Amino acid sequence: MLIRRNAEIPAREITPESLYLGRREWLTAAGVTLSALAPLSLVGCRKADAVESAQEEKPTPFDVATSYNNYYEFGIGKEDPKEYAGALTTSPWSVEVVGEVAKPGFVPIETLLKGLPTVERIYRHRCVEAWSMVIPWNGIMLKDLIARLEPNSNARFVEFTTLNRPKEMIGQRGRGLPWPYVEALRLDEAMHPLTMLATGIYGRSLPNQNGAPLRLVVPWKYGFKGGKAIVKIRFTSEMPSTTWNRVLPGEYGFYANVNPEVDHPRWSQARERRVGDFLKRPTLMFNGYADQVASLYAGMDLRRNY
Amino acid sequence: MRGWICAETIEPVTLHGIIGRVVRPLIVVGGILPAVVLVIRLLTGTLGADPAEDLEHSTGLTALILLLSSLAMTPLKRLTGLTALVRLRKPLGLWAFAYAVLHLSCYLVFDQSLLWGEIGRDIVKRPYITVGFAAFLILLTLAITSPAAMIRKLGGQRWQRLHRLAYVAAVLAVLHFLWLVKLDITEPAIAGMVLIGLLALRIERPGTGKAERDEVV
Repeated sequence: MLIRRNAEIPAREITPESLYLGRREWLTAAGVTLSALAPLSLVGCRKADAVESAQEEKPTPFDVATSYNNYYEFGIGKEDPKEYAGALTTSPWSVEVVGEVAKPGFVPIETLLKGLPTVERIYRHRCVEAWSMVIPWNGIMLKDLIARLEPNSNARFVEFTTLNRPKEMIGQRGRGLPWPYVEALRLDEAMHPLTMLATGIYGRSLPNQNGAPLRLVVPWKYGFKGGKAIVKIRFTSEMPSTTWNRVLPGEYGFYANVNPEVDHPRWSQARERRVGDFLKRPTLMFNGYADQVASLYAGMDLRRNY
Repeated sequence: MRGWICAETIEPVTLHGIIGRVVRPLIVVGGILPAVVLVIRLLTGTLGADPAEDLEHSTGLTALILLLSSLAMTPLKRLTGLTALVRLRKPLGLWAFAYAVLHLSCYLVFDQSLLWGEIGRDIVKRPYITVGFAAFLILLTLAITSPAAMIRKLGGQRWQRLHRLAYVAAVLAVLHFLWLVKLDITEPAIAGMVLIGLLALRIERPGTGKAERDEVV
């Protein structure tokens, strides 16, 4: 074993495609130093955690990650997004920047992201429905973009609005959620180095069904926080009203942090099924990123702020 | 007189013969078929990305459809006049029970890894699990008491009353379905409307209750 076993390293999922770069960047982000580094080891960083020591985490196969999606803009079925997302035009694409920010306006996506350092991260992805995946993302750290946009001192929250284009998004035509889909983060959550805006997965550009061309990735929160096909970023002083919270406030809160101890009103969040597995595995506090993010919620009642 | 007797005896025998010779074997095939399809899809990897979920949902849905089909036989008999349809209630109900067993097994193994403490807590704590489990217990009771010997043992009327619980099981199963979906209630709503229709057809003609009982027993 060339890699030091370190209890502080919470992720050990590595794909061959993004093995070397992905792991190094992840570890940098996590603020962990390595005593040794294997250039091509297939073994990731092992967590000395009895909870899952028996099961080696593997990245979810690309085909599964792109054919089992919750993306109600394209329908409610898990296979609907893959079937219908092909109709979506993702170029040209602009993002509207508004609110408590120095440089509001419509910004072409190329300009928006140009020159920002790209990152590749392998994250656990936990859905509120108690299934999970392991996804290698590529994109940028949201904090880098926020620094570029220069929010003013009134900005305490960042809101993300998803595309509303019923002509290309079949799920927006009939019943469903109120469109457009809106999600939001507290500014400190948005500035956290784990928070990404993804433009790709598995080293490829983002498939439409996974949120092309730009989606939010917040690995310690339930998947529904990760807005897809983002067209608007708003900085605001008030906590924004978010879609699922508006529809079912008793079931989906603003924070939506992965928490095995706080159940969904109708089902347990203590365990999750990695898609493709038959048996469930224990869910980790903050989806396994507690060491990095727990301090954001110090003193908060996580039962009330679900 | 003789001719009348012939008509009376031959006609039902023929119909029952059709039910016995054709429809009942068809129900056996039809009952096994969904399970065979699931096993083939499982072995060939053609279930969805989450095969455990597919197995759990398919077996549950099949159980519900079979249960509603079983309950539909009496109203169908009234509409068509084919008394022999009543004979299909039992095999359909037993197949519903078989799929309920598979569905429950999926939950116990895939969702709960046979952690009995968790399972007990889940049944007590979560309404959709509570009603689903209650529906299963009813189907279990009905399956155990389904042999002819049990009808004799319980007495026709008591047996009949007991087996009306099939309607309660169906109501609980629909509630179970309705409670677990996240947003789109289309499927449970369809099942619920079918069930309400079936209940309405039975309540509509209370006067026939006695005749019904006699004929079934």
